[in-house]
Amino acid sequence: MSKNIKLCKGLDIKLAGKAEKVVENVPMAKSYAVSPLDYENVTPKLLVKVGDQVEVGSALFFDKNNPRILFTSPVSGVVSAINRGEKRKLLNVAVEPDQKQQMKELKVVNPAKAERSEIVEMLLASGLWTRIVERPFGVIANPDATPKAIFVSAFDSAPLAPDYNFVLQGEKAEVEAGLQLLARLTDGKVHLSARKGDEGFMAEVKGVEYHTFSGKHPVGNVGVQIHHIDRIAKGDIVWTVNIQDVAIMGRLVLSGKLDMSKTVAVAGSEAQKPCYKRIISGAAVESIVGKVAAGVRVISGDVLTGATTAADGYIAAGANMLTLIPEGDKYELLGWAMPRFHRFSVSRAYFSWLCPKKEYKLDTNLNGGERPFVVTGLYENYLPMDVYVSYLLKACLVKDLDKMENLGLYEVLPEDLALCEFVDPSKIEMQQILRDGINLMIKES
Amino acid sequence: MGLRKFVDKIKPTFSEGGKLGFLHSTFEGFETFLYVPNTVTKRGAHVRDCNDIKRVMIVVVLALVPAMLFGMYNVGYQAGIEGILPAFWFGFLEALPNIIVSYVTGLTIEFAFAQKRKHEINEGFLVTGLLIPLVMPIGVPCWIVALSTAFAVIIGKEVFGGTGMNVFNPALLARAFAFFAYTPQMSGEAVWYADGTTGATALEQLATTNQMQWSAWDAFWGFIPGSLGETSTVAILLGAALLLFTGVASWRIMLSVFLGGLAFGYLFDAVGMTEYPAYYHLLVGGFAFGAVFMATDPVTSAQTNCGKWIYGFMVGAFAVLIRVVNPAYPEGMMLSILFMNALAPLIDYFVVERNIARRKKLIKNVK
Repeated sequence: MSKNIKLCKGLDIKLAGKAEKVVENVPMAKSYAVSPLDYENVTPKLLVKVGDQVEVGSALFFDKNNPRILFTSPVSGVVSAINRGEKRKLLNVAVEPDQKQQMKELKVVNPAKAERSEIVEMLLASGLWTRIVERPFGVIANPDATPKAIFVSAFDSAPLAPDYNFVLQGEKAEVEAGLQLLARLTDGKVHLSARKGDEGFMAEVKGVEYHTFSGKHPVGNVGVQIHHIDRIAKGDIVWTVNIQDVAIMGRLVLSGKLDMSKTVAVAGSEAQKPCYKRIISGAAVESIVGKVAAGVRVISGDVLTGATTAADGYIAAGANMLTLIPEGDKYELLGWAMPRFHRFSVSRAYFSWLCPKKEYKLDTNLNGGERPFVVTGLYENYLPMDVYVSYLLKACLVKDLDKMENLGLYEVLPEDLALCEFVDPSKIEMQQILRDGINLMIKES
Repeated sequence: MGLRKFVDKIKPTFSEGGKLGFLHSTFEGFETFLYVPNTVTKRGAHVRDCNDIKRVMIVVVLALVPAMLFGMYNVGYQAGIEGILPAFWFGFLEALPNIIVSYVTGLTIEFAFAQKRKHEINEGFLVTGLLIPLVMPIGVPCWIVALSTAFAVIIGKEVFGGTGMNVFNPALLARAFAFFAYTPQMSGEAVWYADGTTGATALEQLATTNQMQWSAWDAFWGFIPGSLGETSTVAILLGAALLLFTGVASWRIMLSVFLGGLAFGYLFDAVGMTEYPAYYHLLVGGFAFGAVFMATDPVTSAQTNCGKWIYGFMVGAFAVLIRVVNPAYPEGMMLSILFMNALAPLIDYFVVERNIARRKKLIKNVK
């Protein structure tokens, strides 16, 4: 057993509306959807048309860049809509469920005995392959590559994030089976990281390299953990999988059935009853949280990295929570000069340092205008990595590929810079700048 | 709210395509000053810290207030006016024109450039505009203040692309401009304390005679002649406390400037080049003011934590070096900071190169 890794940098933002530890079963939604926009760098090519019958695991579209990667339906039913945006860009494929959950025939193999290629094929065919993220760049894993290691974080430290020990209670066998399956995909190790003192059954899981971490957010980010366990150098490929997706993979192996149900947290100050809900991946937001009032933003994921989701939209594929917070489209008279006791700041130019335990009800106001890089030394306090944030971002802005590579582009994903973006008084869109930089690098390499 | 309604009503006039659309940036500057805008996050983190650059700048302005108020009183005191209030009032009237001229000149240029570039107006000049009169001797004519401000804002800042892109601290550049263009009025034996009153500064006395007519305590409290804001070490330390507590200024830089100054002060004392204690350097002239308010400017100082230690130490060390070794410029702080402003990117370059080297070493380890 390796020793605990303690990180000093970071910040836990205390928000109101933490999910109560109760799981509600949500009845089948009227509609489910799979969206290529939940993934980076996917060029979708449709395999179905409106009116087609689909089963659980039927491919709806594939990625033109890598035709082996299939995106499958989480429910059985009829394709009810193919929604397109500007320039006919595919937004999502919606399926109206028939309540039967008919499974598509899948060749399920025993990961302990099967060939590696058979396991890969099984994951590709089931659509679960899309849940494997490749670093550098944070894209869907390339099935032709072999990663040097696979990393799984067993906890999420983001504001209001779900407690995976609670979410996965009773699924120890599935988690173990999933991790064993992942172990067959790499020549190296599978690293599992849990939060020190809140390890649940993770400490007992066999066949993995086990680590514990303690500290503030982003300690739960798998990217930060990789940095402290086995840094990514140029030329390295590592894969990461969310712990709940590991359980879904394990479920496939153990039961022979593709079951995309998962437990998500509904949280945030505007959630009527913050608690956990058992849903099937891709469910309509309305089926999970009911009607959403005007002036409320629904986020698939946490407040720092999640995606804005329309009230009549669908929960994103990778999301394990829905956060509901108020929109902040209001003016505030002389706000920058006021004491602002109700708002949160890491700066002691405001007063939130006086009440460290207070839970804040933050809205989506930008709280200022965008400015050039002015402050220094601030960002480094919120990223526990050996990366100079402003230098990396400036390299991305000027599109200097060599510098981007040298300054650590392979080691970070936008989610890792989310806290820096949160604290930045210049309101620079760091996650977007980094994403653009990464996409440029993908295009050029 | 009535005011909000009024702003909304006149907004279209100042927007693109409106009658006064060319004043878009100016209007926006005033509007965001009055109201935090209703902009919501579109991409990236959905919630944001309520701190913004306006708040950061206003904290610096607040930190300058003790030094400014004491400076005003000291002007009257040095001119021999008795009583605290009358002395302060005298100094206030002396200083006010410079402050107004600095703000009006600088802001006009800033607004014009923002307008031209269709940028939002940056708050940086709120600080610069107050710093300039504080580092000028009190009796300096308004036209010199105006000219120096214009020089600093245009050549020092806007030609580089505006706030955040400048190489040199604009306020110091203004002082340097005045210092070299109008030397007799700025330093030496005939600096104006106030209209018509002149005399040698403490620095000048130390440089020429190795002693000064004031005690160290006088220098610490600030009862010595000098530029408006720089005389009272204690008032400056009050500002420093606010800057450090709020985290606006880097404690690394502040501390290392003082360390650098002390180290070289003691060095020169030890080798017998000076005959006064090393800590005198920290009390007289613009040393403390420069260390707290000028060297810590995040844009022009080193940006990496390690670089800040080196940068700060060298600022302090060079300031004392110039003071002692080069009697032609008794005030070394200004030149030292400007010099280190130019070197800061180089220091950062080496610090960042080390980071890159660590990353490259990873690749070798793998192979």
